[in-house]
Amino acid sequence: MQLSVKKTGHHRRSGPAETLDQLHRGEEAILDRIELPQPFAQRLMELGFLPGCSVTAALSAPGGDPRVYRVDGSEIALRTETAVHLRLRRPRI
Amino acid sequence: MSDCHGCPASTVSCSHVPPSASAPNHKSVVAIVGPPNSGKSTLFNRLTGMQQKVANFPGVTVEHHMGRVRLDGGREISLIDLPGVYSLNPRSEDEQVTRDVLMGEKAGVARPDAILLILDSTNLGRHLTLAAPILCLGLPTLIVLNMADDLDRRGGGVDPVTLSQQLGAPVALTSAASGLGVDKVYQFLGGAIPLPPPVQLPIMQDVPKCRQWARTVGEGAAYRSPAPPLWTRRLDSVFLHPIAGPLVFFLVVLGVFQTIFSAAEPAKNALDFMVRWCGTQLGLLLPHGILHSLLIDGILSGVGSVVVFLPQILVLFLFIGILEDSGYLARAALIADRTMSKVGLQGKSFIPLLSAYACAVPAIMATRTIENKRDRIATILIAPFMTCSARLPVYTLIIAAFLPDKPIVGHFLGLRAVAMLGLYVLGFVAAVATARMLKSSVLKSDRAPFVLEMPPYRWPTLRSLGLRLYDRSKVFLHRAGTVILAVSLVLWVLASLPLKNGQPPPIEESLAGTVGRTVEPMIKPLGFNWKIGIGLITSLAAREVIVGTLGTIYGMEGDSQTTGLQKALQKDLSLGGAVALLIFFAFAMQCMSTLAVVRRETGGWKWPILQFTYMGALAFAGAFVAYRFVTWIT
Repeated sequence: MQLSVKKTGHHRRSGPAETLDQLHRGEEAILDRIELPQPFAQRLMELGFLPGCSVTAALSAPGGDPRVYRVDGSEIALRTETAVHLRLRRPRI
Repeated sequence: MSDCHGCPASTVSCSHVPPSASAPNHKSVVAIVGPPNSGKSTLFNRLTGMQQKVANFPGVTVEHHMGRVRLDGGREISLIDLPGVYSLNPRSEDEQVTRDVLMGEKAGVARPDAILLILDSTNLGRHLTLAAPILCLGLPTLIVLNMADDLDRRGGGVDPVTLSQQLGAPVALTSAASGLGVDKVYQFLGGAIPLPPPVQLPIMQDVPKCRQWARTVGEGAAYRSPAPPLWTRRLDSVFLHPIAGPLVFFLVVLGVFQTIFSAAEPAKNALDFMVRWCGTQLGLLLPHGILHSLLIDGILSGVGSVVVFLPQILVLFLFIGILEDSGYLARAALIADRTMSKVGLQGKSFIPLLSAYACAVPAIMATRTIENKRDRIATILIAPFMTCSARLPVYTLIIAAFLPDKPIVGHFLGLRAVAMLGLYVLGFVAAVATARMLKSSVLKSDRAPFVLEMPPYRWPTLRSLGLRLYDRSKVFLHRAGTVILAVSLVLWVLASLPLKNGQPPPIEESLAGTVGRTVEPMIKPLGFNWKIGIGLITSLAAREVIVGTLGTIYGMEGDSQTTGLQKALQKDLSLGGAVALLIFFAFAMQCMSTLAVVRRETGGWKWPILQFTYMGALAFAGAFVAYRFVTWIT
């Protein structure tokens, strides 16, 4: 994997990303579940963050937070504090 | 005619009630519904043009646009533009209102006879999820697939005929921005489109099932998603670049300031000149007397002093309109979010605060984009601390009268400029401190989740920008013609009574003078006398009014550039009093228009009263401390 030159506001991970905030720019992953209270989880789902769908991390504000995510044909910005609650599926090897 | 005698309030279940056959011929109220960023307002503007007005729903702060559409044959239809929603699950105030209106449960709003459901065709998979709950309402519905030209250009496509059969509702492919396909919308409104046989639609409670249904329907209608928007990606790689992004952001902020302070200045001066010229011409025509005084000293100087701000406000709105319609504003909010979150606010609060440097009134209206109610109220409450353009004449007058123009840093920065800059910083610091205080107490909210959709960049249309400016001018001139006219009249009457030998009394003995003398003991600790007192009272209407008032009181031209007024002030105010007056104006809420708009936007008197009291107390305390301190050191 290519080493990220830009600081992304959180530590470089070792291994696959477990939560959405750990995705680096350009990386894609499958969303597993949203660990947030129901009304807010529903809002995110309406915007396209559905379990089982693919999410790509895109550009961000300077410093890496908030970051834009490409999901279901739209681009949605989330803060890191929200993105940590979106768990990703472990890739099959 | 089918009159619904004593119909019980029908409980609408989600089973796609077939619309009654006669319905299309009786449409008189039609609602526009759709997700945010689907082009609802663009279509609304195209259909209604200037025949629209903005109104709040009774009891809530959610606003809706009403407009009239004229059809062939002279028939008219009322169009309601409802707030953008992703679903009909009532969670936010917007969704509640949309749902209630569509169900006919909103008191004071007639249930629509038909619906225009606007969906973004370039994002149909997701937007189609709204179709099921809307169609289940059982009202005649036209599904408008908007931005069809964009879909086509980016290599996507959909078969509207199949989609129509699957959904049991007519479908139109349109581009509201260019006008493509809008004739079909007119046909629907005129009842000229046959409705396809209704279809049984599934009842779906959870989002994943809804999305799955939408996918199946989309595939059935041969929907091809368009390629990613290339230009949006290109522009974002600049606007959201780690270095270029903030730079562009900074230039935009600077640009807004520059426009407010310089670009609109010639137009403002020209208007100012015209107002004065009217005054002079009118003065030559009319004999000296009551009518002369009423028209020129009362009405023209009062209303005129405010009307001259119109160009600045229009330029600001043009700027914000371009930023908003093009899609850059969402990126600016993204960049500002981190900084704003440090004081407990969020990125979406940034734009209103920026425009508050011109005027708090449009700024407070711009807070509507903030969904979190507590964040929105906090932003409304701190917006008037930003140094608005109405404070400029006051600052200029007092600083020029009391501070020498000594250079401080080389030839670039003088003492006066530093004082002015200091006042800007002071207002900003007060705003930030207040935001912190509010967000950690009364307006505390669980760190509002920040979710912001980044719409693709689009060219702003001249039509939509023009309508914005037209709307803004109408509102502004209406206010100048009512509230400000009334204040000017009352002031003039108070300064002219009681008559002495048929002549207005010296201002000191007039009713206005008596009021000034009554409040004098209260403001004496701040270093102000009764003349300043009258100015403070009149400035409750609008800050800059104090300049005109002091001018009248000193019997001179009320122009902040006139040295005569400065000399007169030097006799009446100590240096301590002058500094105290500056501080007072930096903090106090002296603007009836702002109070009125805060009342309207927060839906009651609670917040405006609290805001007025808090800012007044802060102004009083600040001025007192400043007066004591300056008097002590000099």
